[in-house]
Amino acid sequence: MDFLTLIQILDSTVRLATPLLLACLAGLFSERAGIFDIGLEGKMLAAAFFSAAIAFTTGSVWLGLLAGIGASMALSGLHGLASITFRGNQLISGVAINFLASGLTVLIAQSWFKQGGRTPSLIGNARFEPITLPFAEALQNVPFLGPIYYELLSGHSILVYIAMLCVPGSWYLLYRTRFGLRLRAVGENPAAVDTAGISVIGLRFAAVAICGILCGIAGAYLSTALQAGFVKEMTAGRGYIALAALIFAKWRPWHALFACLLFGLLQALALRSDVVESVLQVSVPDQLLNSLPYILTVIILAGFVGKAIPPRAGGEAYVKER
Amino acid sequence: MDVMPRWADVILVPIISLLIAFAISALVILAIGQDPVAAVKIMITGALGSTYGWGYTLYYATNFIFTGLAVSIAFHAKLFNIGGEGQATLGGLGVALVCLSVDWPHWALALPAALVGGAVFGAAWAAIPAYLQAKRGSHIVITTIMFNFIGLALLNYVLTNILRPQGQMDPASARFPEGANLPTLHDILAPIGISFSKAAPANITFIIAVLACVLVWLFIWRTRVGYELRAFGHSQPGAVYAGISPVKITMIAMLISGGLAGLMATNNVMGEAERLVLNSVEGAGFIGIAVALMGRSHPFGVFLAAILFGFLYQGGAELALWASIPRELIVVIQALVILFTGALDNMVRMPIQKLFLALRRSKAEG
Repeated sequence: MDFLTLIQILDSTVRLATPLLLACLAGLFSERAGIFDIGLEGKMLAAAFFSAAIAFTTGSVWLGLLAGIGASMALSGLHGLASITFRGNQLISGVAINFLASGLTVLIAQSWFKQGGRTPSLIGNARFEPITLPFAEALQNVPFLGPIYYELLSGHSILVYIAMLCVPGSWYLLYRTRFGLRLRAVGENPAAVDTAGISVIGLRFAAVAICGILCGIAGAYLSTALQAGFVKEMTAGRGYIALAALIFAKWRPWHALFACLLFGLLQALALRSDVVESVLQVSVPDQLLNSLPYILTVIILAGFVGKAIPPRAGGEAYVKER
Repeated sequence: MDVMPRWADVILVPIISLLIAFAISALVILAIGQDPVAAVKIMITGALGSTYGWGYTLYYATNFIFTGLAVSIAFHAKLFNIGGEGQATLGGLGVALVCLSVDWPHWALALPAALVGGAVFGAAWAAIPAYLQAKRGSHIVITTIMFNFIGLALLNYVLTNILRPQGQMDPASARFPEGANLPTLHDILAPIGISFSKAAPANITFIIAVLACVLVWLFIWRTRVGYELRAFGHSQPGAVYAGISPVKITMIAMLISGGLAGLMATNNVMGEAERLVLNSVEGAGFIGIAVALMGRSHPFGVFLAAILFGFLYQGGAELALWASIPRELIVVIQALVILFTGALDNMVRMPIQKLFLALRRSKAEG
C-alpha cells in the first residue's frame, strides 16, 4: 500500500467518523443524564430527511440544517415526554422513535417529491461544499506533510470541523461547568441532585435537547454533505454503531472521538477490501469488517478488556418521594 | 388493593392506546393527502375479504406469533430481548441447513427436523447475550442489538460464500427439495371440503404457532420454572432470597425466547420462500415487540395482536398496490402502537386510574 492510498483511507475515515461522532456525543449527553437513548438512529434519519427536503426547497443548506435539528429535537421531545414526564420505558420509547422516523420519512418524501421515498439531488448552495483550508493548494506539493494537510485535513465540509470542535466543547461543558457537574450527577444519583434543590426533570430535558441538536447535525451531515440528498434508510445502522462507540468510549468525550475514528476506519476499510487483502495477505470478508464494531462492543461489554460501567441511574425514571 | 379493576387493566387501557395510535395514523394518511376511510376499506377487503387475503394475513400472523411469544417470555423475566430479528435470521439458517442436508421423502419428516434446526440456531444466537447478561452483567438490550447486526453479516457471508449454488448471482441458497415443501392451508382444508386460496402462503406452521401459544401459556403459568421466571421478573432480590438462581432463569428465558424466534423460520423460509434469502425476516423480529406489548405478554393477547398485525401487513401491501400510499405506513402504525402501548402507557393509564378513583369515592360517599 502506498502513502497516497493510506491518506485516502484516512480521509474517508474522517468523513465516515463524523456522523458517528456527532451521534455518539449526542448519546453521551443523554445517557450521562440517565436517559438511555437507542433512538439515535431514528433522530438522525429524520434530520437527514428534513434537512435535505428544506435545503432543496429553499436552496439554502443552512435552513436545511436548522430544519434537520428541529426534526431531531421534536423526536427528542417525544422521548423526553415518554421517558421523563410519563416515566415510561426508555428503551421501548427509543425503539418506537426509530420506527416512527423510518416510516414517516419515506411516507412524507413520497407524498412531497414523488420519487420513491427520496429527495431530489442537491446541488450548489443546497449542499455543504468542501472547505479548502488556507494555503492548502500552495502546500500540496510539500513532501509528506503537504498531502496530509491537503488531502486529510483540508477539503472537508464545515460540519466535519464542527464535529471535531464538539469534542473539546463537550468535555468542557461536562467537566468544567456547573451545568456539566449537575448533568453528570443526575445520571448517577438524581435524588442527591433533587435534595440540592435542582430540578431533575429540567436537567434531563436539557440533556435530551442537546442530544437532539447533535443528532440533528449528524443527520444533516449525512444528506447534505456526505451525500447529496436523502435516500430511504440512509443512516444504515449508524445510530447503533454510535451507541456501540459510546460504550466503547465508556461514556467519555475524548475516548468517544477515538472510538468513532476507529469505527470510521473499519467502515472505510470495508469499502476498500482490496487494500486490506494486499496488506494482510489474506482475504478478509467485508462482512467481517462491517460487523467488527459490533463484535468489539460485545467484547468490551463482556468485560474481558476493561469494564464498561454505565451511569448508575441510567434507564430509570426519577420519582420524587411522596 | 388495585386502583383499577382487572378488566380495565387488561382490556380498556390497551384498547384506548390502540385507538389513539389508529387515530394518529388516520391523521398521517390525511396529511399526505389521502382518504383514511377509503384506506381502511381497501385494507379490510384486501386482508379479510377473500381467502387469498386471509391466507396472507394468517401467514404474517404466524411470523408475529412466534416473535411476539419470544419477546413476551423474556418480558416475564424482565429481560428485553430486542434481538428477535437476529435470532429469526439464524433460525432461518438452521432450517435451511436441515432442509438442504437430506433429500427429504415427506414433509412430515422434514418439519420436525426443521423445527429443531430453527429453534436450536435461534436459541444459540440468544445464548451468548444471555450468558453475558447472567454472568458478566452486560446489558442485554445492547448485546442483542449488536447480535442482530452480527447475525445479518454472518448470514450474508454464509449465503454468498457457502450456500449459494454455482452460477447464481443473488445471495440465496438453492431451492429446498420437493419433500421439504410444507402443505398450505389449501392442501389442509381441501380434504374436508373447505376451499381456500391456492396462492396464499399460509401453511401448517400456523397450527404450530397456535400450539406454541398454548405451550407457552402452560409453561409460564403451570410449571415450576415458569413460576420462578415470573418471580424473578417481579423482584430479583425476592427471587434470589427464595433460592432461585438468576443465572439459570436468565439463560432459560433467553434460550426459550431465541428458540421461539428461530421457529419463525419454518414459516417464512420453509413454508413460503422454500429457499433461504438474505432479508427473509423482514422486520418481523421487531414487530414481535409491538405484538408483545399490545398482547400484555399473555399468549392469548399475543395471538390476537399478531392477527391484528397480520391484517395491517397484508392490508398495507394492498394499500401500496391500490392507493398511492407507501408500505411504510405500516411501519408508522407499528411505531405508534409501540409508543402508546409501551412507552406512553402511563399517559393513558393515569387519567383512567383517576377516573376509577373518583368513581369509587363518589360511590363511597353516596
